[in-house]
Amino acid sequence: MGPLSPMETSALLLSLNASAWAVLWSLPLAVGCGWLLGTRRFPGHAALNALVHLPLVLPPVVLGYLLLVLLGRNGVIGGPLNELFGIRIAFSGQAVVLACAVVGFPLMVRAIRQSAEAIDPRYARAARSLGASEMRIFCTVTLPLMAPGILTGTTLAFARAVGEFGATITLAGNIPGRTQTLPLALFTVTQTPGQEAEAMRLCLLSLVLAGAALLASEAVSRRMSPQGVPA
Amino acid sequence: MIEIHLRHLQGAFVLDVDLALPARGITGLIGRSGSGKSTLFSCLAGHLRPTRGCISLRGRALYHSEAGIDVPPARRGIGVVFQEGLLFPHMSVARNLAYGARNVSTAFWDEVIAALDIGHILDAKPARLSGGERQRAAIARALMAEPELLLLDEPVSALDPGLKARTLELIARVQARTQIPMIYISHAPEEVRRLCDQVVTMQDGRVVSVTSEGRVGAPYAARTPAAGLRCAR
Repeated sequence: MGPLSPMETSALLLSLNASAWAVLWSLPLAVGCGWLLGTRRFPGHAALNALVHLPLVLPPVVLGYLLLVLLGRNGVIGGPLNELFGIRIAFSGQAVVLACAVVGFPLMVRAIRQSAEAIDPRYARAARSLGASEMRIFCTVTLPLMAPGILTGTTLAFARAVGEFGATITLAGNIPGRTQTLPLALFTVTQTPGQEAEAMRLCLLSLVLAGAALLASEAVSRRMSPQGVPA
Repeated sequence: MIEIHLRHLQGAFVLDVDLALPARGITGLIGRSGSGKSTLFSCLAGHLRPTRGCISLRGRALYHSEAGIDVPPARRGIGVVFQEGLLFPHMSVARNLAYGARNVSTAFWDEVIAALDIGHILDAKPARLSGGERQRAAIARALMAEPELLLLDEPVSALDPGLKARTLELIARVQARTQIPMIYISHAPEEVRRLCDQVVTMQDGRVVSVTSEGRVGAPYAARTPAAGLRCAR
């Protein structure tokens, strides 16, 4: 098999880097959405739920294209951003992070929502009767009890982000060293005759990464009891 | 004095309570399932807003529908102990106890721990406790917030008979030492008779009797339903 080529190393690092930033940026919003959807009933609940889960059922290329329409140089948001601040998101490293964040988001919210739903609402009542404010209850009771869901969701979203292809190639392109992630590099070598060994190497690398992420997610789930207590 | 004058409609069920109880000792609240004791518990704790009426504790209005007063649970000064204890599972017993303890004195802290015999489990996580230990720790946690009134919702119903008797003994002991008034909700009259100074019996959403029984035989005051709200504002 031999050592990784500079192109492969760059793609691997870019994938890991973009995926890490993607889950980090989306985490606060995912915690908020998961908690809101799991514990509160409000007008628009179903609409928010559908919106959050949309990236799960839409083809990633559609997502990438919609993001491109919004954030491209002439897009609804991308146009003013470019004109006023000189910020260009499409076909940049940020576009890779954004594409990874959007596809991983529903998985993260889903896991967090499930753990929020599983919390007995009487814990909050008990905390209230002890004089705790709503913010203190959220930080000291709800959030720790949601921890297993947060960790599982983060790991799953990370694994999904590492494997992201369609939205990334549409929104960020396939620029080696800049936006070419692991799946994009694999796609490139599969299109080039005589690079079967490289393709297999990248394929195995993707398998190892995805497997490691899933194993980590399993380990995290196992270490936590149903109420979020490390065993 | 704990004054409760309220009417609450919940579908076909009507809770209609007119009570004045001394804010001391242990008051038992008994009744069969569906008698309204849990609804009354929720109204007192502030988990449920009564349709109309008033609740006051030592002259302080906690709820007054006409005056628009509805003190949130966190500021009612009413502690609650649920049937399952519901200790925060990610915290040790000591951290659970400290959660609501703001300016509690070391003497009070030690007194409650000694009275409830939980000194040996302070470092343990709730998952490792027996049912009796969990309930005692939950009672201690509620007491550490130094509430003006403690509501206990069937705290020993899930325990086996031996543990039940021991826990009841410890509840009586900690009440005598802390002097925090308690309302003890149960569907088991024998538990309540053994423990309580006075017993309120509910049936079909109404109080059918208020008796003075038990070890102290403290006086009680039960008022007949009257028009208007007499609670302090």
